[in-house]
Amino acid sequence: MAMSMSPAVSVSGLVKTFGRTRALDGLELSVARGEVHGFLGPNGAGKSTTIRVLLGLIRADSGTVRLLDGDPWRDSVALHRRLAHVPGDVTLWRNLTGGEVIDLLGRLRGGLNPDRRAELLERFELDPTKKGNAYSKGNRQKVALVAAFASDAELLILDEPTSGLDPLMEEVFRGCVAEGRDRGRTVLLSSHVLSEVEALCDRVSIIRAGRTVESGSLAALRHLTRTSIEAELGDAPQGLDRLPGLHGVDLGQGDGGGVHLRCQVDTDRLDALLRVLSAAGVRTLTSRPPTLEELFLRHYEQPAESAPQGVTS
Amino acid sequence: MTAGRMTAGLGELLRLALRRDRIMLPIWIYALIGSVVSTLVSIRRLYPDDASREQLAQSINGNPSLRTLYGPVYDAHSVGALTAWRILPFGGLMIGLLCVLLITRHTRAEEESGRLELIGAGAVGRSAPLAAALGTALTACVTVALAVPLLMTAFGEDAAGSFALGLAYAGVGLVFAGAAALAAQVTGTARAANGIGGALLGLAYVLRATGDASGSSGPEWLVWLSPLGWAERVRPYRDNAWWLPALMLAAFVVQVAGAYLLADRRDLGSGLLPQRPGPPAGAPSLRSAYVLGLRLQRGSLYGWTAGFLAAGLVFGGISQGIRQLLQGSGSAQQLLERMGGTHGAVDSYLSTMVSTFGMVAAVYAVQTVLRLRGEETGGRAEPVLATGVARLTWAWSHLVYPLLGSAVLLLAAGLGLGLGTGAVLGDLGGWTWRLLGAALVQLPAVWVFAGAAVALFGLLPRWTAAAWGIVGVLLFIAYLGPLLSAGQWVLDLTPFTHVPRLPGGTVTLQPLLWLTLVTVALGGAGLAGLRRRDLG
Ligand SMILES: Nc1ncnc2c1ncn2[C@@H]1O[C@H](COP(=O)(O)OP(=O)(O)O)[C@@H](O)[C@H]1O
Ligand SMILES: [Mg+2]
Repeated sequence: MAMSMSPAVSVSGLVKTFGRTRALDGLELSVARGEVHGFLGPNGAGKSTTIRVLLGLIRADSGTVRLLDGDPWRDSVALHRRLAHVPGDVTLWRNLTGGEVIDLLGRLRGGLNPDRRAELLERFELDPTKKGNAYSKGNRQKVALVAAFASDAELLILDEPTSGLDPLMEEVFRGCVAEGRDRGRTVLLSSHVLSEVEALCDRVSIIRAGRTVESGSLAALRHLTRTSIEAELGDAPQGLDRLPGLHGVDLGQGDGGGVHLRCQVDTDRLDALLRVLSAAGVRTLTSRPPTLEELFLRHYEQPAESAPQGVTS
Repeated sequence: MTAGRMTAGLGELLRLALRRDRIMLPIWIYALIGSVVSTLVSIRRLYPDDASREQLAQSINGNPSLRTLYGPVYDAHSVGALTAWRILPFGGLMIGLLCVLLITRHTRAEEESGRLELIGAGAVGRSAPLAAALGTALTACVTVALAVPLLMTAFGEDAAGSFALGLAYAGVGLVFAGAAALAAQVTGTARAANGIGGALLGLAYVLRATGDASGSSGPEWLVWLSPLGWAERVRPYRDNAWWLPALMLAAFVVQVAGAYLLADRRDLGSGLLPQRPGPPAGAPSLRSAYVLGLRLQRGSLYGWTAGFLAAGLVFGGISQGIRQLLQGSGSAQQLLERMGGTHGAVDSYLSTMVSTFGMVAAVYAVQTVLRLRGEETGGRAEPVLATGVARLTWAWSHLVYPLLGSAVLLLAAGLGLGLGTGAVLGDLGGWTWRLLGAALVQLPAVWVFAGAAVALFGLLPRWTAAAWGIVGVLLFIAYLGPLLSAGQWVLDLTPFTHVPRLPGGTVTLQPLLWLTLVTVALGGAGLAGLRRRDLG
């Protein structure tokens, strides 16, 4: 697909206050065209607020925001025809059926693909004949998801879209996002479900208290973090306490008379650790890359840099 | 033991409900009680002696349009009785409205929002939520029933009569609280429950007014079908008919028992009537914000229009007895002129009716504007505004109703009045055209209320509901002001003061243009604010 190279979403220095609450405090976000971008943060971090700025529903106090080469506040109507949005908390009109809402939202956006609509209804197992107030939370979410995925929008903005879905439906949702990406769509996926972001996203931005604390590809982010190491050694390793970047060291008696080591190491210090270990004679070694969970927790642990429990050295 | 379990958590729920109403409820109760005292004081001031009160009674009782609005004066010698006569029709309507709103707010609306489910999962008995809602209404009614006699006796009025007044007043609230409790079980939405409550209030008013209009020469028995009629017939300070408050209490108990029976037969979250499935796809026409607006607003428009047409027919139909009643009652002339047109008794009566319809249409206009705020805070505006719909388009898709829907209501009332009057007095076509015109002339005044609501919505969204306060105060002035000889500047505050009295008066365009200009200014400011402000 021919596309301009400018990012689909680019936000910098975004500030938004509500009275005394500083909901966004210099947020940075850049979503490249055609990527699935995870927008991660705990409750109240400012994800929905950012999305509402992107949709031109609220106005930023300061900072620059570009959306599909336009200004989300000034050009909102034109931009909205090119995107589809699924809010975190979907509310429907009581006297419209789910099917009517799907068609209405699709048409207000400039049309939707009837074949895809039918297919999505089937995949999400959604009954389109129920009235708005007869749907459960998950089913209301599905109505909004079907409306979004059945459109030809080039950008999908999804705000915690799976919060009411059961695991089977989450699977369907993942399939739909993957297909969207294959069609060349850009997806901004706000979430606090890490496994979902890990499975779907090319890049992630992690925010906390209205500020971006980490941003990049998953691979790059992992690089910034610690790898878990578990090893059986012939001898006690020498000079472990002098190695920088080592955390949560747990040394003990191994099964085969050797020494058992468990620790975490900053990924860029891995090489130095391995040297020390091999000098002590490695019998078995397992290393595990950090999960997004750990990445996330590391940023949100209350005292951000305290060492994990059980340190002996 | 079972009863204990059924109402477990009642105390908590009642505390929660009263906490949620800690601002609205005191304001309402203050207004309900304060209007009694202020009426008493101004009657003492305006009609200081027996002679002046006697004259007031004659002029009211001889004038069907005033009898329709206020009911007949039953005792001119007691200031207390005059106060009761003046306050009960309008005050009864207000306390009834308060109780309907309270019950719906704490039952059906809570269920609809899913909050009741949240609470229901806690240690709360099945019967507790309705009981807590009834508790808030009872709080209001008991306060009124106690405070009114205390104040009236403090002002030197007879104690028994004062208690009868308090009970008659509060009794109306109880009857409508019971009706709302029933409505909340039958309907699936708070909107529908409030709609039923409002329709019952309107019906009660029309029945009372029709019965009172022509006295014993007409269908006076209609009064007995209306709780407002019951309150009136307590006749505090003269008859003190205690059995009527007892009847109202009994009606309350029976309705509440019925509501509990129904509550047992339905599931939480649904009404008694099962939800029917609807179309699986949107009709081809469902493709614009305006069609969505129509889908959301049409039910209420149909209901209001039917109500206006029916009430118009009834009030037109009783214009029959007016000529005879007025013959020989020259003292009515002065008040008559203050109330309405100058050409003939029937014209005066009809112009009063037309103006009353205008005031009620203002309620519709504000309600339909406030729908915008409801859509916004309910999160239903966001999905529409996240598509290619501009904010102003979205706003106009609802503002069509306060602007043009109000015109439909007024035309329905004018048509009803015209057909009703023409049917009994002859000249069907002539009356119909004149009353259609007279009704439509109210439109600019109705618009001002809509304009004020739009201004609040756009500029002070958190205060949008204050539009109801404006409606309440201005309608109170318009309804009671002329008879209380309020200063002209006070009357000038209400838009309806500036509308030509029709039929009978002369049409002057200038005030209508001014009213329209005020609407444009208020509405324009509101829409400009809406374009600029944060949504949600
Ligand atoms: N309309 C509003 N008024 C006041 N505070 C708000 C409003 N919207 C959001 N906030 C506050 O802004 C912060 C960010 O909220 P939000 O963007 O909804 O977080 P998230 O979607 O990441 O959970 C929260 O502290 C929230 O309370
Ligand atoms: Mg959120």
